[in-house]
Amino acid sequence: METDQIEEMDVEVLSSMWPDDVGTQADNQFNVEKPAGDSDTLKEVDIAEKRTMADLKRLPELLNTTDQGSSQLTNLVRQWEYMQDHAVRLLREELKILTRQREEAEAKELKIIEEHNFETEEPENVPVLDETSHLFRRFRQKKRDELVDSKRVVIDEEFDTVAYWKQKALSLEKMLEASTERERRLIEKLNESLKTMESHSAPVEELTQNLKRAEGFLHFILQNAPIVMGHQDKDLRYLFIYNKFPSLREQDILGKTDVEIFHGGGVKESEDFKREVLEKGKASKREITFETELFGSKTFLIYVEPVYNKAREKIGINYMGMEVTDQVRKREKMAKLREDNAVRKAMESELTKTIHITEETMRAKQMLATMSHEIRSPLSGVVGMAEILSTTKLDKEQRQLLNVMISSGDLVLQLINDILDLSKVESGVMKLEATKFRPREVVKHVLQTAAASLKKDLTLEGNIADEVPILVVGDVLRIRQILTNLISNAIKFTHRGKVGIKLKVISEPSFASDKEQNETSVWICCDVYDTGIGIPENALPCLFKKYMQASADHARKYGGTGLGLAICKQLVELMGGQLTVTSQVNLGSTFTFILPYKVATSDDHSDDQDEFSDMVDHHQPEPDDTTEGYFQFKALLGSIYSTAMLTSPIKLINGSVADPSNSSGQSQTVQVENGGYMDESESAHQYGNGNGHRCSSKESESCSSSQASSEMESELTVSSPREEEKTETEVKETSQQPKILLVEDNKINIMVAKSMMKQLGYTMDIANNGVEAINAVKDTSYDLVLMDVCMPVMDGLKATRLIRSYEESGNWDAAIEAGVDIKTSESEQGCERSTDRLPIVAMTANTLAESSEECYANGMDSFISKPVTLQKLKECLQQYLQ
Amino acid sequence: MDAHVAQLQMQYRNYILSLYQQGFLDDQFTELKSLQDDGSPDFVAEVLSLFFDDCVKLVGNMARALDQTGTVDFCQVGANVHQLKGSSSSVGAKRVKGLCINFKELCEAKNYEGCVRCLQQVDIEYKTLKAKLQDMFNLEKQIVQAGGIVPQVDIN
Repeated sequence: METDQIEEMDVEVLSSMWPDDVGTQADNQFNVEKPAGDSDTLKEVDIAEKRTMADLKRLPELLNTTDQGSSQLTNLVRQWEYMQDHAVRLLREELKILTRQREEAEAKELKIIEEHNFETEEPENVPVLDETSHLFRRFRQKKRDELVDSKRVVIDEEFDTVAYWKQKALSLEKMLEASTERERRLIEKLNESLKTMESHSAPVEELTQNLKRAEGFLHFILQNAPIVMGHQDKDLRYLFIYNKFPSLREQDILGKTDVEIFHGGGVKESEDFKREVLEKGKASKREITFETELFGSKTFLIYVEPVYNKAREKIGINYMGMEVTDQVRKREKMAKLREDNAVRKAMESELTKTIHITEETMRAKQMLATMSHEIRSPLSGVVGMAEILSTTKLDKEQRQLLNVMISSGDLVLQLINDILDLSKVESGVMKLEATKFRPREVVKHVLQTAAASLKKDLTLEGNIADEVPILVVGDVLRIRQILTNLISNAIKFTHRGKVGIKLKVISEPSFASDKEQNETSVWICCDVYDTGIGIPENALPCLFKKYMQASADHARKYGGTGLGLAICKQLVELMGGQLTVTSQVNLGSTFTFILPYKVATSDDHSDDQDEFSDMVDHHQPEPDDTTEGYFQFKALLGSIYSTAMLTSPIKLINGSVADPSNSSGQSQTVQVENGGYMDESESAHQYGNGNGHRCSSKESESCSSSQASSEMESELTVSSPREEEKTETEVKETSQQPKILLVEDNKINIMVAKSMMKQLGYTMDIANNGVEAINAVKDTSYDLVLMDVCMPVMDGLKATRLIRSYEESGNWDAAIEAGVDIKTSESEQGCERSTDRLPIVAMTANTLAESSEECYANGMDSFISKPVTLQKLKECLQQYLQ
Repeated sequence: MDAHVAQLQMQYRNYILSLYQQGFLDDQFTELKSLQDDGSPDFVAEVLSLFFDDCVKLVGNMARALDQTGTVDFCQVGANVHQLKGSSSSVGAKRVKGLCINFKELCEAKNYEGCVRCLQQVDIEYKTLKAKLQDMFNLEKQIVQAGGIVPQVDIN
C-alpha cells in the first residue's frame, strides 16, 4: 500500500517536471498541461519514419563537449536529485508514522499490563520498553481500564475464577504477541525499503525514459512541421539532421557539407551564410531560395547559430530551416502589386502633369502668336515712320541713328514674322499653295538676292541637274523661304570659299506616304552647301529646335533668332518632305531637303500664270535662262542691307558707306548709280546686279518691286521716295500754325521744349499746371496738348480726365466740381465746342508712378517719355498734326 | 594762329568728351546743343544758367525743409526733388539726375539720414558741374575769340 503510493507520487513529479527539461531553460515553450494523458496519446501516434539521423557515436560526445549538451545533463541530474530528495522525504514521513504507531501499540500494551497487574499482579507482564517509569504504570492501568470492555467479550469462563483469569491472561498474551510480531515485521519492511532505496541509486532508467518522452514530444510537435534542423561541425559537415522531407539516406548526408549533398541555386549562398555565422560567432537569420534538383524551388528561412564547446571555442553550428516558399511567393506578389499600383499612380500623375503642361504650352503659344501679331502692326508703323523720316533732311549723326533704328526694327519684324510662321505651321493654320514655277528661276533669284547683300568674298553658285523639270507645281513662296533661309544661314557661317544650291531628281524616298502617289510627281533633292565653320556633331540634334543655335558662343558671335532652321524644317515637313543636315567642323555643312513636286506641262498656259514666270517674261535678257543649269554670283560689293550683320548696326553703317577692302571699280559704279536713293530705302531688299553685266540698276528696281509684292521677305512695304517727299511737303503745307498747348511746370523743360518746337517750325502756348491747362483748353481750340503728368496744383492725369469729361458732356461741371475756377462766360463755350477729340499726349518720366497704362486709362492718346528729344517731338507732331 | 585754334578746338573736344565719359552729361545735353542755332546763339548758356539758378533755389528749399526741427515735410522735399529731376533730365546733367532718382526714393521712404546725405551730394554735384561747364564756356569763348568755330563734338 505505501510503496504504491510512492510510485504514484513519483510519476506525478516526473510528469510535471519533464517538459522543463526539454530545453536548457526551465520555462520554455514546451509546456504541457496534461502530461499523463499526453503520454498515452504519444503511444498511439504513428511515427512512421525515423526522420532523425544522427551520428550516434559523435552525438554523445558532442553532448558532453558542448554547453548545450552539458546543460541538458545537468538538468537531468538535477531532476534526479530532486526526485531522490522527494523519495527520502516520503520515507522519513513513513518512518515517523510507523514510530507513532509503534508508540501507540506500546502504550496499549502498557495499559494492558497495568490493567493486568492491577487485577492479577503478574510480574512477567512488566513492560519491556518503559520499566523505569512509574507514570507509565499509571498509564497502563488507565489503558487497561479502557480496554477491559473490549476484551471482556472474548472470555467465556466465569468471572473472577482462576480459569477466567488464566483465560484472560492467555488471550492478552496472544494479542501482545501479535502486536509485537506486527511491529517486528514493520521494522523489517522498513529496513528492507531503506535498503532498496539505497541500491536504487543509478538514474539511468529514468533518464532514458525522460529522453524518450522528450523525443516523443518533439516528434509529436514536429512531425508535420516543414522544418529541417541540423548540426554541422566547423567544416560544415552534417553531424545531425532532422528533416521533414527525407529523401536521402543517412550516409548521403552525415559527414558531408551542403555543397557536397545538393546542387543548384541557393546552396552556395546558404553555405556561405553558415560560414559567415561561424566566423562572426553571432546567430542570425536569412531567407534563402534553393533551386535544386532534389526538391525544386523552395525558399527557406534559415536560422543559424554558432555552437561553442566548454572552452568557448567554436565547434560548429546549429541550424534550423523553415520552408516559407508560399509565404515568400505571396509576399512577393503583394510587393509586386503594390509596386504596380505605385507605378500606375505615378503614371497617372505624370499624365495629368503632361496634359497640364500641354495645355499651358498651347495657351502660351497662342498668346505668343497673338502678341506677335499685335506687336507687328505698331512696329510696322514705327519702321515705316522711320523710313519716312529718313527721307527728310538729316545730318550725318541723325542719319546713322535712324539707320540703326530702321535696321533694328527690321530685325524685330523679321523675328515676329518668324514666330508667326512657326505658330501657323504648328497650329496647322498654314495653307500651302500650289503654283507653277521654274526651279531654275527660283534658285537663281535666291542666289541673286543673297549676292546683293553679300559682304564677304564668297562665291555663290547654283547647279541644277538636266533632268530637273523646267516647270513644276508647288508652294513656291515657302520653297523660296526655305532656300533663302538656308542660304543666308550658310553665308552667315561661311567666311571664305563658296555657298551653293544643287538640285537633282531622285527616286521616291522610303518615307513617302503611299496615298500621295501620283505618276506625275517628281522628287527633287536640294542641297544647300557651304564651306563654312561647320557644325559639331553634338550640336546637330538641337539644330532644328526653336531658339537654338549650335552654341551660345555662336549666338553671340553671329546673332540671329535661332528660328530660321526650325521654320525650314517645319515647312519642309508640312510639304511632305524631309530636311537633313550633314556637317564637318571647319569644312562646311550641307543641308538637304527632299520635296515632292507635281510636274507641270510647260504648254499649260492657264490664266493664273504665276508671278515668277511673269517675272521671267519681264526681264528675259537671255533665251537660255529657263534651261540654264549653272549660275555663279560674286559678292555685290557695297551692298547695304544684310540680315546677318544686323546685330552690329553701327558697323553695318560704316561698312555700307564705304568698304575700302572691297573697292573694285565696278562696285563703285553701282554704288554711285544707286546713291540717289539707296540711303533712303535701305530696308528695301536691293536686288543686286548679279554679275554686274546682267542686271542694270533699273532692272534691280523692278526686281525689288516684284519681290516686295511676293511678300517673300519682310512684309514691310516701303513707299517710294517720291511719295514720301509728298507727305513731307504736305505736312509742311497743312501746318498753317497748328495750335499746340504745352502743360509743364518746369521752366527748363518749357524752355527746351519751346526751343525744339521752334526748330520744328511751331510755336506753342504754355500752361503751368492742370488748372491753367483746363482754362486754356476752354478758351482756345487746340490741335494738340502736350501734358506733363506730375505737376503741382493739378496733375496731368486729372486735367486730362476733366477735359475728356467736357468733350463727352459738353460742360465743365466736372471741372467746376473739382474746384477749377472757370473764368470765362458760358456763352462762349457753346460755339467753341469742338466735337473732335482733342489729342492729348502725356510726357512721362517713365517711372512707376507715371506708367503708360495710367496715361491711357485717364484718356491720354499717347505718351512721350522724358527727357523730350527733338526726334520724339517730331514724330508726335507728325502723328497728330495731319 | 590756326594752330592755336586747332589746339583749342582739340582741347575743347577732349574736354567735352571727358564730361560725357565721366558721366557729367548725357545725350540730352547733345540734344540741347543741337537746339542752339543762329536764331538763339546763347541758348545752351541761357538754359544752363536757368538750371543752376533753379538748383540754388531748390537745394536751398530742401535744405530748409530738412533743417526743420521736429517733423520734416518729406512731401515738400519730394516736390523739390521732382523739379530738380525734371530740370536735370532736360539739360542732360546726368549725375545730378541720377542722384535725384535716388533722392526721390529716399524721400518716399522718409529716410531722413539718406535725404540729408543725398542733398549734400546734389549740392556738391551741381556745383562741380557748374564749374565744369563754366570751363567749357570759357573754352568756347576762347575759340571764338581766336577766330575759330566751336566744333561739333560727336560723342559716339
